Amino acid sequence: MALKMVKGSIDRMFDKNLQDLVRGIRNHKEDEAKYISQCIDEIKQELKQDNIAVKANAVCKLTYLQMLGYDISWAAFNIIEVMSASKFTFKRIGYLAASQSFHEGTDVIMLTTNQIRKDLSSPSQYDTGVALTGLSCFVTPDLARDLANDIMTLMSHTKPYIRKKAVLIMYKVFLKYPESLRPAFPRLKEKLEDPDPGGRTGMLMRTPRSPGVQSAAVNVICELARRNPKNYLSLAPLFFKLMTSSTNNWVLIKIIKLFGALTPLEPRLGKKLIEPLTNLIHSTSAMSLLYECVNTVIAVLISLSSGMPNHSASIQLCVQKLRILIEDSDQNLKYLGLLAMSKILKTHPKSVQSHKDLILQCLDDKDESIRLRALDLLYGMVSKKNLMEIVKKLMTHVDKAEGTTYRDELLTKIIDICSQSNYQYITNFEWYISILVELTRLEGTRHGHLIAAQMLDVAIRVKAIRKFAVSQMSALLDSAHLLASSTQRNGICEVLYAAAWICGEFSEHLQEPHHTLEAMLRPRVTTLPGHIQAVYVQNVVKLYASILQQKEQAGEAEGAQAVTQLMVDRLPQFVQSADLEVQERASCILQLVKHIQKLQAKDVPVAEEVSALFAGELNPVAPKAQKKVPVPEGLDLDAWINEPLSDSESEDERPRAVFHEEEQRRPKHRPSEADEEELARRREARKQEQANNPFYIKSSPSPQKRYQDTPGVEHIPVVQIDLSVPLKVPGLPMSDQYVKLEEERRHRQKLEKDKRRKKRKEKEKKGKRRHSSLPTESDEDIAPAQQVDIVTEEMPENALPSDEDDKDPNDPYRALDIDLDKPLADSEKLPIQKHRNTETSKSPEKDVPMVEKKSKKPKKKEKKHKEKERDKEKRKEKEKKAEDLDFWLSTTPPPAPAPAPVPSTDECEDAKTEAQGEEDDAEGQDQDKKSPKPKKKKHRKEKEERTKGKKKSKKQPPGSEEAAGEPVQNGAPEEEQLPPESSYSLLAENSYVKMTCDIRGSLQEDSQVTVAIVLENRSSSILKGMELSVLDSLNARMARPQGSSVHDGVPVPFQLPPGVSNEAQYVFTIQSIVMAQKLKGTLSFIAKNDEGATHEKLDFRLHFSCSSYLITTPCYSDAFAKLLESGDLSMSSVKVDGIRMSFQNLLAKICFHHHFSVVERVDSCASMYSRSIQGHHVCLLVKKGENSVSVDGKCSDSTLLSNLLEEMKATLAKC
Amino acid sequence: MIKAILIFNNHGKPQLSKFYQPYSEDTQQQIIRETFHLVSKRDENVCNFLEGGLLIGGSDNKLIYRHYATLYFVFCVDSSESELGILDLIQVFVETLDKCFENVCELDLIFHVDKVHNILAEMVMGGMVLETNMNEIVTQIDAQNKLEKSEAGLAGAPARAVSAVKNMNLPEIPRNINIGDISIKVPNLPSFK
Repeated sequence: MALKMVKGSIDRMFDKNLQDLVRGIRNHKEDEAKYISQCIDEIKQELKQDNIAVKANAVCKLTYLQMLGYDISWAAFNIIEVMSASKFTFKRIGYLAASQSFHEGTDVIMLTTNQIRKDLSSPSQYDTGVALTGLSCFVTPDLARDLANDIMTLMSHTKPYIRKKAVLIMYKVFLKYPESLRPAFPRLKEKLEDPDPGGRTGMLMRTPRSPGVQSAAVNVICELARRNPKNYLSLAPLFFKLMTSSTNNWVLIKIIKLFGALTPLEPRLGKKLIEPLTNLIHSTSAMSLLYECVNTVIAVLISLSSGMPNHSASIQLCVQKLRILIEDSDQNLKYLGLLAMSKILKTHPKSVQSHKDLILQCLDDKDESIRLRALDLLYGMVSKKNLMEIVKKLMTHVDKAEGTTYRDELLTKIIDICSQSNYQYITNFEWYISILVELTRLEGTRHGHLIAAQMLDVAIRVKAIRKFAVSQMSALLDSAHLLASSTQRNGICEVLYAAAWICGEFSEHLQEPHHTLEAMLRPRVTTLPGHIQAVYVQNVVKLYASILQQKEQAGEAEGAQAVTQLMVDRLPQFVQSADLEVQERASCILQLVKHIQKLQAKDVPVAEEVSALFAGELNPVAPKAQKKVPVPEGLDLDAWINEPLSDSESEDERPRAVFHEEEQRRPKHRPSEADEEELARRREARKQEQANNPFYIKSSPSPQKRYQDTPGVEHIPVVQIDLSVPLKVPGLPMSDQYVKLEEERRHRQKLEKDKRRKKRKEKEKKGKRRHSSLPTESDEDIAPAQQVDIVTEEMPENALPSDEDDKDPNDPYRALDIDLDKPLADSEKLPIQKHRNTETSKSPEKDVPMVEKKSKKPKKKEKKHKEKERDKEKRKEKEKKAEDLDFWLSTTPPPAPAPAPVPSTDECEDAKTEAQGEEDDAEGQDQDKKSPKPKKKKHRKEKEERTKGKKKSKKQPPGSEEAAGEPVQNGAPEEEQLPPESSYSLLAENSYVKMTCDIRGSLQEDSQVTVAIVLENRSSSILKGMELSVLDSLNARMARPQGSSVHDGVPVPFQLPPGVSNEAQYVFTIQSIVMAQKLKGTLSFIAKNDEGATHEKLDFRLHFSCSSYLITTPCYSDAFAKLLESGDLSMSSVKVDGIRMSFQNLLAKICFHHHFSVVERVDSCASMYSRSIQGHHVCLLVKKGENSVSVDGKCSDSTLLSNLLEEMKATLAKC
Repeated sequence: MIKAILIFNNHGKPQLSKFYQPYSEDTQQQIIRETFHLVSKRDENVCNFLEGGLLIGGSDNKLIYRHYATLYFVFCVDSSESELGILDLIQVFVETLDKCFENVCELDLIFHVDKVHNILAEMVMGGMVLETNMNEIVTQIDAQNKLEKSEAGLAGAPARAVSAVKNMNLPEIPRNINIGDISIKVPNLPSFK
């Protein structure tokens, strides 16, 4: 007792953590719900406390309870609180809870936008990572729109850990905010060739890199392409290159799957793929890869099936490999083998059919999944020849099968197999009917209605079989076992529905109608479900009518009266039925029969009139017939019958009132009153609407479909039924006999044919002509037993051939059906984080130019003109692109460019493959030509600049340099829009190590900059114990771990093996940012190799330029104008002469090196904006003259401005 | 895409559930129950693929699962994923768990579902495979744990002490319950790498 109290007090003293909660739940097995509700109360208390640790603990427990099925949406706000904790530990708990419980309906989710944005730009990669992971689970359209730009920036983060996450999450962003797809796509594509994590060396070595980012990009593009493959066809060459160079099986599998989706659209692609895929199939040891290769080869073969006949080798290879899989002892491989086999089956059934033995063997497998797969295969393997045999095999399985699910599956498969493509493979419908009858003996099946539907279908559509069907059905009606199972819904008793209807409708074929009539009027029938009884009642009359006619014709008046009496006696049992339908029909018919009885008593012949009730034949109607009825000429379904009441009342409002009005206004003269003009206008609008409506069946003049007139029943030669077959033994497996009979029949047929052939041959011999036809037994040779004629389903006259597939308009992937090859338009930009003092509502629309209004008009004209030209170029570009793809796809190898140093990574050795490999290389070159490797060039450039050694943090944006070389004609806005990939500059280097660094400001932390230093080990020693010591100045201090003094070095958190590079980030606090400054520092390290270890040092100088304090911040032109007008900015300007670079590239340079963004550009004049980490606004007006550039700047701090302009001058001077 | 990842034990008790599509709590429980029902009645030596249950949408989806000692690891995926690839991913997942927990057993999962989530987050993100290299995953997890420890610092010490005391006093000490270790040896796994 005392112990308990002690424990209780401890519990109160310390909050329960997750482990305690789990333990508690396990200890309260009896009253779990009660215990949990107690815990939830405690959690609610904890959430009220201010301590974030307590809150986080509570949220952590809630996450667990959520898994157990408890709704935790009430704590959404607390979750957000925990998400915004500064400590990673808590943040992670918060994001996890959010990812588990938030969804689009969570209303507080909109409060998270800024928090997430802050976390995304956090200097700690794990904060960013955890935010990305969380966001991937609960991103909403709003979040996607607001954060798209931030995430896109992260795609070029220095850490591959962040990059790969950012790339992956883009897919979710696209889904929620499809507009982002086009602006983001170029960068996504870039990531397909993402460099090595540590640095730029990987680019040159072409060794397998850390595949994370690349694999993520492949993943996203594959996912996109799967939904809308046609938009990604132009990426095929790139993927092809990846496929032949990548060694990462994950990536390969994804790419190969992607090709599987692309080939149906472009058969030429398939031709190109076959060979490398075949090589992979031969060479890979990974089953997963092998399997996907086989799958894609199959897809290729399917797409080629019409064009190229010469791929039997590939099919053979696939089938062989699949056979190996199926024969494997591993059930998984067996399953997949069967799955893939079923795909081949569709186009190349012959090659699969030779493996029938194997597949039938799989039917006996103990694994149900495998049996089901094998069943699927059987579906396509049947032919006229083997149908009976296969079904016989299946029937034995039906008998053996345990468990109703599998048995039901077998049953539906049998029916599917037999009925496929309009009973194409059935040669003997008697056999089929008897199979169906045999299936009725299945107990406990849920598919009675399926069998019934088949019986009806066959009996109606195959006229020749009716007589046989009727005899079987009457036997069914007679037997008792079906009645017994009547309790089960959808049970086997459903077949009685069909049996009763067939016997009634085709009663003229009945041999003993009276007997059947009695069977249908048995008292036990009333235990059947209502809808079946109703059919019974209705068909009893049909039967009665035909009996009556028979009797009267035979002159048996007494017999006729006896039948009537029977009806009068038995019908009342249906009149008492609880089912309305049955009751109504029965009482109706009872009265009718009583009336007939009276007439009969007066000896009036009634049979004629009674059978007239059911005269005429029912023809099957095609399921789509109703839909295809054309609208008659002159009938306008959309025209108002009556004018709507008033404009304000929409048509779907208060339908009753409209109805009422309608009746009142019915007078016929109304249409003539309609205003002709108004009508014409409406008609036009309607046409417009119809044109846009995919579901509208257009009334274009279509060739009238004429269906063959079905020959009358008399023309059908009804085959004499061999009476050796016992016709009326229901419940006995007699279909077997048909198999034998069929064989005999075929044999006979064959003999006859042979005879005929011989005769012909003799004739031919006489005529001395040679004939090479050999007696082969093919499907076509087997003539069906009955000349069955499947009555065509009726279609309305003038039926329209409209089989538009009904696409689901709500499909979320439809929105992503976007043409990606079209160059980006200026308007297509991601919404960017808005500046505080912008007026968001009007910014996007209103386009206030920064230039004086006077000059506005002419410039606009120019602009328009320019746009036109640009449009033209774009179109050209697009055409060019299409041509490129065509060129790539053409099977003749392109004229090889200068021999490539690029080694083929294809591992296949045989000569044949080598030849292919060369071709691949050539294509790779071709590919490279199109998108020159920017990184290589960049690298070189970097070196050049290093030798100049003038300024730091200077480097070319990847696009601009090439552009400078060639005549600038592409006004592609991507260059401006996408910040360049990296901006690392050399810090210091010696024989051991090379240091490059990048300085970035962060808006979140005032006056702080992050210095990312990449250390690259150039020696053959391992570098350890690296320490960075920086001499702080008054103005700039390095953030050091707590407790360490100013003179201590800060350890670098990693070691560097030879040839490896890695990045470390340090935060510096700057007091005044108006001046550039330099900090001295030293990197000390131990270099260790086989010979021993040495202490080494490397001095460096960190240069904080004023530009590095600026953060690229977008600004709208109206906000920009306001800023300029406000008058609290000081002004300064510089001018640089001798500039030959294009204005476009000039701007790109300024954007890149000095972190500006273009607000607006008009002709050779542009306004630019940036913001410092301490919140200074910097506005620039850049004008380009003939050979000079002038930069006017306005800034809230004049010193900062003049320093900035000096830096800019230096940059421009180099242009 | 991966639609959901479920871990439950032989009795159908969920140890981890991760849905990459929004479902209400009730539906989630129903899915777990249905999946357990489907998976648990299968023999040991049958294939690891299962045509999807009714709840997680449509014919395009498949359940791919592995059964380790007392636990089922079930991935519900659509046709864009490679079946054998996912089987391999499950294996990587379990091996990673084994590395992070040092001989993982069901109890580790029961008491540290949050950690399991964190590990999973390094492998699968938003339904797409993020990383398959176990070393990379473990490195990231270790780094995060370190970060967590450094944040807790001195303040964390008392809490740790308390939890240690609690573990001592309470009648149920996890290791006392005899639940078989998860064996991570899986024969017949087609080599993937």
